[in-house]
Amino acid sequence: MTTQWRTAWRRFARNRFALAGGAIALLLVVVAVLAPVLAPHDPAEQFADGLTAQGLPVPSTLPHSTKFILGTDQLGRDLLSRIIWGARVSMTVGVLANAIAVGTGLAVGAVAGYVGGRTGDVLMRITDIVMAFPTLLLAVALVAILKPSIWVIIFVIGAVYWTWIARVVYGEVRVLREAEFVQAARSLGASTLTILWRHILPHLIPTAIVWGSLGIATNVMLEATLSYLGIGVQPPTPSWGGMIQQGQNFYRTAPWLIIYPGLAIMLTVLSFNLLGDGLRDALDPRQKR
Amino acid sequence: MATYLVRRLLMALTVIAGISVVTFAMIYFLPTDPARMYAGPNASVEAVARIRHQMGLDQPLWVQYGRYVERVLQGDLGYSYKLQMPVTQAILSRLPYTLELIFAAIFVELALGVPLGVLAALRKNTWVDGLSTLAALVGVSSPPFWLGLLFLYVFAFKLGWFPLGGAGGLSHLILPALTAGLGGVGWYARMARSSTLNVLDADYVRTARAKGLPGWIVVVRHVVRNALNPIVTMAGQDIPWFVGGVVVVEMVFGWPGIGRMAVEAILMDDVPLIMGTVTFTAVLVVLSSILVDVVQALLDPRIRLNA
Repeated sequence: MTTQWRTAWRRFARNRFALAGGAIALLLVVVAVLAPVLAPHDPAEQFADGLTAQGLPVPSTLPHSTKFILGTDQLGRDLLSRIIWGARVSMTVGVLANAIAVGTGLAVGAVAGYVGGRTGDVLMRITDIVMAFPTLLLAVALVAILKPSIWVIIFVIGAVYWTWIARVVYGEVRVLREAEFVQAARSLGASTLTILWRHILPHLIPTAIVWGSLGIATNVMLEATLSYLGIGVQPPTPSWGGMIQQGQNFYRTAPWLIIYPGLAIMLTVLSFNLLGDGLRDALDPRQKR
Repeated sequence: MATYLVRRLLMALTVIAGISVVTFAMIYFLPTDPARMYAGPNASVEAVARIRHQMGLDQPLWVQYGRYVERVLQGDLGYSYKLQMPVTQAILSRLPYTLELIFAAIFVELALGVPLGVLAALRKNTWVDGLSTLAALVGVSSPPFWLGLLFLYVFAFKLGWFPLGGAGGLSHLILPALTAGLGGVGWYARMARSSTLNVLDADYVRTARAKGLPGWIVVVRHVVRNALNPIVTMAGQDIPWFVGGVVVVEMVFGWPGIGRMAVEAILMDDVPLIMGTVTFTAVLVVLSSILVDVVQALLDPRIRLNA
């Protein structure tokens, strides 16, 4: 196992795109954790000099002063501080929703794939049903029922996204259950649970890692979209999608209200996509593009 | 073929039945009272009770579910409080706009993604290849609502080339279609790249080269034509995906499709309209994916024989 991981790491380290993605992703996590220290201002403070005489957002104050490096928003708040705090929301939703999705997907896919038969059919049909709903519309309908809050968003994104992982895991476990080491364990009298936990789960870790990374990208995008539609994380909590929604009425006079939060979303999604792709190539060279 | 078709249809029917259970449960567990919504905020308690009885909301759960299925099967998805018209009628009046946008977006994906991918394959492992991979990933990673707003700012507001939103002629369609399609360009480019690489190794391509055909003729006549097969399949599978995918684009551009209608319904607490749209799109997704499967099976005998 250890040599396997070492080979995987060597393959990963050779991939410049993947390394860059991993570095940016790590940086974003650090920014999210250290937001209170890194942000130059309180993200909720409305500065008296944060609006022009006409009541419009102030553009970047560079190079004359470093007070508002990226300018202010429509309420005179510091945009950079809000983007830094927004990283917290995105990362929290992305990581926790993904934990739900990967956990559920692994459990459903592994049980359906290993047990098979009627149980497997039912589980996979349920997966098909959830998959039939357009992800965004299903999330939108669920949020409408449960009323938006950050925990509801996390739950809803986890609840709509696990199906893809379940499909992939199902396929893998169908193959694994015929493997000799699994048959050996079965003939030695190991229980289904033991086989799943001790013999099958370890083989699913690469899949879980790859989808763990790609899933964060998808979830961050979904959270930003829900917040942009006004049914995600609610103000005054700063979220990137919400910032764009609230700033879009000013895009003609203050385009930075759109440009910077959008760049933050793009960079986050891009970095986790690059990282996930790199991990897949490193952990499963057979699937290399 | 018949067996394959029957099996595929049966599977679809179970999925559709499941969809009806899920949507019914969502309506049932909604905190808003449909009778109160229908009667309006000023109606008396007695009036609301009467309407509740008329709507059958005092019946047992399974009776309510039975009635729900019966109504949906007759094409009745409920009545929108806010639009004051049947939900089905509201959806059908907006559907053409959504379909127009979807097909335009797929056109954008194909028109940009395929050449990019073929080029990347022909120049494999050069800077062209790297750049196209990166461009593809940036496209996939950009939030469509952000791209849409940037396009509006640059091409509509600053340059004045296009209108600022709404539906109309081709000029109204171009920016929304670009916005919706750009995210997928990356997938098509990757697909086109790998399938071109597969074809480039094929014997018939070597033969074509060996008999002295000019390079570009080989590419157009032998490589691209054969590399297109998996891409056509992908375009088919994209239609159901886009039904949900264009929602945000419709919002940014004020495009009068069903996605925008659904989001507005949520902001207005119009439950029948939300659930009707969700049910309708889910069924649409199932039906269009069957259609794609059947067309694929007709084109490729291996699929129907293995199934």
